[in-house]
Amino acid sequence: MSHHIVEVKGLEHTYPDGTPALRNVSLRITHGESVAVIGANGAGKSTLLLHLNGYLTPTAGEVRIGDFPLTRETLPDIRRTVGMVFQNPDDQLFMPTVYDDVAFGPLNLGLPAAEVGERVKAALEKVGAAHLQGKPPYRLSGGEKKRVAIATVLSMSPDILVMDEPTNGLDPCARRQLIGLLKDFRHTRIFTSHDLDMVLELCERTIVLHEGEVKADGATRDIFGNAALLAKCRLEKPLSMQGCPVCGTK
Amino acid sequence: MAGIDGTLLDFKSLDLLADGDTAIHRLDPRAKVLATLIFVICVVSCGKYELSALFPFFLFPVLMITLGNIPALYLAKKIAVIIPFAVVVGMFNPLLDRQVMLHVGALGISGGWISFASIVVRAVLTVSSALVLVAVTGFPGICAALERLGMPQPFAVQLLFLYRYIFVLAEEGGQMARARELRTFGTRGGGIRAYGSMIGHLLLRTWMRAERIHMAMLARGFSGVFHTRRHSCFGLREIVFILGWGLFFITARLIPVPHLLGALVTGILQ
Repeated sequence: MSHHIVEVKGLEHTYPDGTPALRNVSLRITHGESVAVIGANGAGKSTLLLHLNGYLTPTAGEVRIGDFPLTRETLPDIRRTVGMVFQNPDDQLFMPTVYDDVAFGPLNLGLPAAEVGERVKAALEKVGAAHLQGKPPYRLSGGEKKRVAIATVLSMSPDILVMDEPTNGLDPCARRQLIGLLKDFRHTRIFTSHDLDMVLELCERTIVLHEGEVKADGATRDIFGNAALLAKCRLEKPLSMQGCPVCGTK
Repeated sequence: MAGIDGTLLDFKSLDLLADGDTAIHRLDPRAKVLATLIFVICVVSCGKYELSALFPFFLFPVLMITLGNIPALYLAKKIAVIIPFAVVVGMFNPLLDRQVMLHVGALGISGGWISFASIVVRAVLTVSSALVLVAVTGFPGICAALERLGMPQPFAVQLLFLYRYIFVLAEEGGQMARARELRTFGTRGGGIRAYGSMIGHLLLRTWMRAERIHMAMLARGFSGVFHTRRHSCFGLREIVFILGWGLFFITARLIPVPHLLGALVTGILQ
């Protein structure tokens, strides 16, 4: 199953205005891993993600998804393999109804109508949103929008799921539901987040970015145990690893 | 900013009406779009001084409202918002055109008043039919119908995007205006300059959002062609609907039905 591998080698990216966003980033994520990319605002997390499906082109270095290097020719294939869920579901849901939106990807893949229907149904059921299929996106709640946004990607049966800030702006219950849902997925998963408790729950491995560089890459628990590293990178321990706020016990 | 937010909410409720499940709602959108188009052409092409000839046309919106289960009062309020514009358009007619054309008892009514009334009635008719069309079809349905009737796809897609993001944009604009208002303390604030910068920001935000949407589309394999589901249900009912209304509109346009009725009634009385 080598096509589930994400490999980034010596990636550099400088924005057209001259801002360096990524500096010599190298990482390798293998099949079925669940990895968090964390870091301060402006550390380069989103820039890194946008390289994984070829939206941004590296200034230097290389991105490989599975056996393919990311080039213009492999782009359509890679975009099917890497399902990307953006931070703001309003940007992702642009069709008149939920059904049309979830069908958008499969239709672009050129699948026959019957198969598109099946995939839409399966994807919506998977995220528990089958009852929403006839609704327009602007009539959904924040949690519903997020789940539908995930379904729009699932319907393309990607091997790798990339999500930018999945729990951002959700109420505690919707957040809890989403974490439960993401736990069940067997895809290779890559998240960026400031919700460090979610990271602790979902990801066995964490990569810390700081000013465009990889500062640490290892087991999530080890990284959250390293107070000096966290402070340096403008992060802190997840709340669940900090002491009890009432009695102070660990 | 209750204004913008309120209007927005109202827009959504018009959209909600399209979820209804009446015989009118179930008709293929193309039939409704075509019938409304013929209706509007017939109404608009009526002569300047024609007033009585317009009244048979009220049958269309009234029947659609009744059969489509649309709350009439709600629709009337929507129409009332538009009518002042028509009033402004026709306002000077009574002043400029003073030739007496009609006598009601001892009162002479000038051509200006008749053309003024005609403009307002035509506005009521066309606006109500357009609103009814949206209420029984839904905006996406209308876009799909227009596309299948031959409108180029880029236009249809533009319209759909406009409709999808007008809610988001209005919300953003409303939030900005609220933020400004909360810090002006009843004064003029920065006056027109503040609004200039706000509109600039809104444009930039829209631009950035458009880029993000495009990104999301590319991520799902968009290559320039919009694939939409097509389910046609253009059958006998649709043909009957178009032919029936079309014939009625054209007849009402060409033959002055109220005049004939009037002549008939006076004929019987004599």
